[in-house]
Amino acid sequence: MASFILRRLLVSVLIIIAASFLMYMLVAYSVDPLADLRSSNSPNKTQLIAARIDLLQLDVPPPLRWLFWLGGAAKCLIPFANACDLGSTISNAQVVDILPQALASTVQLVTLALILAVLLGVTIGIVTALRQYSGLDNVVTFLSFFLYSLPAFLVAVLLKEFVAIGFNNFLAHPVIQWWVAVLIGVVAGLIWQSLIGGNMRRRLSTFVISGVATTLVLLLMSAMDWFLHPGLGPVVMIILTAAVVVGTTALISGLQNRKALITAAINGAIVIIAYFALQPLFSISSVATIAILVIVAILVSLAIGYFVGGYDRGQNMRVGVIVTIVSGALVLLDRFMQAWPQYFSDTNGRPIATVGSSTPGLEGDIWVSGLDTFTHLALPTIALLLISFASYTRYSRAGMLEVLNQDFIRTARAKGLPERTVIVRHAFRNMLIPITTLVAFDVGALLGGAIITEKVFAIPGMGSLFNAGLSRGDLNPVMAYFVIIAAMAILFNFLADLAYAALDPRVRVR
Amino acid sequence: MSTSEMIPDELQAPTAPPVSQGRLIWRRFLSNKLAVVSAVLFILIVIFSISAIGLGPIPGWWKYDFKELNDQVQRGSPTWEHPFGQDRIGKDYFALTMRGIQNSVLVMIVIGVIASVLGVVVGAVAGYFRGIVDAVLMRITDVFIVIPALVIGSVVGHFAGGLGAPVLAVMLGLFSWMGIARLVRGEFLSLREREFVEAARVAGASDSRIIFKHILPNAIGVVIVASTLIMASAILLETALSFLGYGIRPPDVSLGLLISSNQSAFQTRPWLFWWPGAFIVTLALLVNFVGDGLRDAFDPRHRRFNLRKMREEEPEPGEGDGGSRKTGVALGEDVL
Repeated sequence: MASFILRRLLVSVLIIIAASFLMYMLVAYSVDPLADLRSSNSPNKTQLIAARIDLLQLDVPPPLRWLFWLGGAAKCLIPFANACDLGSTISNAQVVDILPQALASTVQLVTLALILAVLLGVTIGIVTALRQYSGLDNVVTFLSFFLYSLPAFLVAVLLKEFVAIGFNNFLAHPVIQWWVAVLIGVVAGLIWQSLIGGNMRRRLSTFVISGVATTLVLLLMSAMDWFLHPGLGPVVMIILTAAVVVGTTALISGLQNRKALITAAINGAIVIIAYFALQPLFSISSVATIAILVIVAILVSLAIGYFVGGYDRGQNMRVGVIVTIVSGALVLLDRFMQAWPQYFSDTNGRPIATVGSSTPGLEGDIWVSGLDTFTHLALPTIALLLISFASYTRYSRAGMLEVLNQDFIRTARAKGLPERTVIVRHAFRNMLIPITTLVAFDVGALLGGAIITEKVFAIPGMGSLFNAGLSRGDLNPVMAYFVIIAAMAILFNFLADLAYAALDPRVRVR
Repeated sequence: MSTSEMIPDELQAPTAPPVSQGRLIWRRFLSNKLAVVSAVLFILIVIFSISAIGLGPIPGWWKYDFKELNDQVQRGSPTWEHPFGQDRIGKDYFALTMRGIQNSVLVMIVIGVIASVLGVVVGAVAGYFRGIVDAVLMRITDVFIVIPALVIGSVVGHFAGGLGAPVLAVMLGLFSWMGIARLVRGEFLSLREREFVEAARVAGASDSRIIFKHILPNAIGVVIVASTLIMASAILLETALSFLGYGIRPPDVSLGLLISSNQSAFQTRPWLFWWPGAFIVTLALLVNFVGDGLRDAFDPRHRRFNLRKMREEEPEPGEGDGGSRKTGVALGEDVL
């Protein structure tokens, strides 16, 4: 194992060095860092040119310059020495100084998009596999083909023009017309009847119940001015938490497992008590407070799962943690919603932002600034997410179908396991194995896709560093971008290989 | 005779007249309605765009040229005179869009062909000779694959974009072969151990003959499918590069460039945005459907997934299901 890791590391480093040489030569010979000065009219043009040649060592031939650059970059590997040198930009700023901020905003964007894409894509993939050739399956299949064929920049521009501006306009007069509500209700009903399935009669009743419920909720929200003063409130909070408790237990262990149900119920009750008890604390919280609360909540739920016990402690603990995380997220969501009216007035009634990564000059507690980050990240994240979401759906659907066709699934069914156990414990886990490889590839694709998203939404991240550097003929930021992207891609591939070996005992790491 | 009647016939009577592998695949492709319709539509769109504004010096039937400046009719909104409207300086938008389609399709095909040829050669040599050759070639592939397509495309487009669409396409093709090379290598690694290769070697065939005459025809399915899918992503790559300003440069146009330069006019002149957008999505969607149809045709194992459902819906005559499944697998192994 150790020798495998060492060998992979060595090969990876060599590959990055070779690729950086390729990239350096391509960029160095194709750009002209002096272009803006050559066309300038300033009287000291010659001195400026000479100064820049001196600054960027342009008199040194590119292959040799690459060696100098590599020497500087290699110092980054020395821990705690702070000797990192990635060269300077043409405006004489150190790349190392501008890098962290750009990296932070890109990582924020890409991580969120990746997590959401995996969660949504895998869930929908599994559901469509279980309802193969239903109306829902066909619609999702067509949609994913459509998303494959949609250029990232088109999605981004459309989101900006329709979703952002449209939603802001809607918030100016937040009234849902009755026919819009009915239309959404019909769509929701169609989705639910396809999900639940069954015979004609059952489908029809599902359709009617879910459709009417959706329409009524929408009309109620509209009548109560919910969109301007959102919030879950104690009653809805308790109902939703109860739904989480029952749903999680039904999904993970089955409702007949009383111990699991008890664990889930205790956790749900604790969250509800915390919801009421912690409101004053939330108002004066910082990010650290919330982080501590989250960790404590997870530890408590694990402990509850352990002490309730039963024949399957691991399962109990899983149920407990999931209940706590989901209903805890609801509590936080509710608190964010309470901050919404203030944020709404701070942004002059146009909360969804189309450019930048934060509102300049906005002051407020973590809830308001959290909302600010959210409204800025929402659209770029959706734009990034939609594209990789399609491939997760396709792969997990195909993977699920393939696993379901295997003999051990037939065996599991034959020995009388309930369908839930067959899907969740036998099929689902095996289906996840190939997804790890897909995630690794996807990280590279998302980081590349961020170039476009960041341009459309004017986010000062890695992508715009690369883009601006390339168009200005600025070599060093481009190389810094490249090294980080390549290192991340290789790192994730490596992690995927390790994960694959850990998850699938048939794969041996040598 | 349709395919559904054809396959059971084959099963029941091994003495039936032999049908060549190619014809079987062709029939399977034709039986996929969506893929056939997509292929036909794609060809029609290409013919339409070429005949409308002509190709190079040959004029087409449309009265305006895409470089020509005209008087603004009704502030450039779509009229009978200019069905797609006019852009801000009065160019006919129909001609511009058609030119954009031509360029996008050209880039797509050139990238697909170059990537396939390079990928096949690298993959075949690596997979066939194995050992040190394989290790060196695959490390080179790794070096290229580390750089995301959009990044290398931007850098290449930065200097090749001004040289016209064909040069840009060739340059991009030189950096898109890695995926196919890996696939072909995998195919060759397994095919080279098969008996027919052994037989050819014993008969004294040279390495190049074994590679190109014996192994490659057996791996061609993977190549065709992969290069179709590369073409679909090539269209998107070209439009993305043009959007970023590293692709095709004015006065020539591409679909991505049209969207990029008219992005700010979205509220006032939405048609400048919708036409190129609609054509990008349509072209990419059609190519994806064709690629998917080809994959099903070359690899009938994909059909295995829907077995459970098939049993419920359309029980095949005779022993039908189990039999066709076996054939499916056998056919798949022969093709791949």
